[in-house]
Amino acid sequence: MSEAQPKTVPATEQVDLEAEFKTSNIQEVLDKLDRELIGLVPVKTRIREIAALLLVDRLRKQFALTSETPTLHMCFTGNPGTGKTTVAMRMGEILKRLGYVREGHLVTVTRDDLVGQYIGHTAPKTKEVIKKAMGGVLFIDEAYYLYKPENERDYGQESIEILLQVMENNRDDLVVILAGYKDKMDRFFQSNPGMRSRIAHHIDFPDYKPEELLAIAKLMLAGQNYRFSAEGEKAFAEYLTLRMKMEHFANARSVRNALDRARLRQANRLFGRRGRPLNKDDLMTLEAEDVLASRVFREGRLDQDPA
Amino acid sequence: MMTNPGNRLTQGQFSFLPDLTDAQIITQIKYALNKGWAVSVEYTDDPHPRNTYWEMFGNPMFDLKDPAGILMEINNCRKTFPNHYIRVTAFDSTRGWETPRMSYLVNRPMKEPGFGLVRQESEGRMIRYTVHSYATDKAEMERY
Repeated sequence: MSEAQPKTVPATEQVDLEAEFKTSNIQEVLDKLDRELIGLVPVKTRIREIAALLLVDRLRKQFALTSETPTLHMCFTGNPGTGKTTVAMRMGEILKRLGYVREGHLVTVTRDDLVGQYIGHTAPKTKEVIKKAMGGVLFIDEAYYLYKPENERDYGQESIEILLQVMENNRDDLVVILAGYKDKMDRFFQSNPGMRSRIAHHIDFPDYKPEELLAIAKLMLAGQNYRFSAEGEKAFAEYLTLRMKMEHFANARSVRNALDRARLRQANRLFGRRGRPLNKDDLMTLEAEDVLASRVFREGRLDQDPA
Repeated sequence: MMTNPGNRLTQGQFSFLPDLTDAQIITQIKYALNKGWAVSVEYTDDPHPRNTYWEMFGNPMFDLKDPAGILMEINNCRKTFPNHYIRVTAFDSTRGWETPRMSYLVNRPMKEPGFGLVRQESEGRMIRYTVHSYATDKAEMERY
């Protein structure tokens, strides 16, 4: 922790948790989290708990009640598009506000960035990544690829060992977040029990419900200065129920792609009736026909080029 | 005449001050990182002032945000070469600069014998002067 050790207060004195809470601006971060992330109740609960722990820890320090720095290494499991990366990005900011990390930046890596191609290549590569992530959050996407049981000479193991060492010794310097699909991560932890025990927080990201996906869609559109018309919204809700039953449904990511395609169609529609004057509303609104033109409705197939 | 008591090497920044503590080193690194300079660790056992090219300890560290990683490297280097001179340099890659902007010692040998002045007599009564590090009389790795 970067700030100097606060002066200790005598044991009889009282400290104000409320005041500490207010000065830390945590409420602001939590509110922002609530506003911008739809659903994800288990995730938000855990973040609240972590925030409370760090806050109480700070108060305990004022009484010179030292305890070990809590480990905040995390593992995010969940299906594609459930917001693992988004939350990881927020995590950096939250932990910085709480004074747990110094910089709060996020370094996103996959197996390629950590594991080398020949003997002696892996250790420097992994160490370089770790050095870049210090003071912030190291986010290892699809972490289960680090361990390849079918090849006992795979360099991934070396990388895991260096990570384990750093996660233990440099707890103050960086927070490691592993992410991946649930079943594969479980298998990964089974073969690396050391990794499992060094990660205190295993957070499972649930799939979104249809109404949550619609709320996400509206939030995404608002961020880009678009909006649905009333019919457009109804059509999109219908689209979601159909799309969710289909294969390769990737939660919020599919929603984003669907919206991108709807914007394309909207532009095309406006272009088609050129000559007539357009107002701001026309340019902002996605109508039902922009959504209904999707192949999901017409043929029950995904919107894809035939190739 | 003793102009440099203790024979302390005075090269780079802060070299007339007492040795920097780790906390002070971190603050200096932080300054360099905020400016976007790449920090690297170098060592040598030939401290002649004209010896500009010291050995690199690992690659220069680009794209770092936090000094902790660099301090880790410094400590690794201190462990490997406890009796060498170790310096930290910060390289500015901005067009027009392209040069180290900071350079300071973070480790020095326990005993620094210092430099002697060598006089060479040449034509007429001319004298050429040069400095000579006593340490370099011995072989590499045995100097301190």
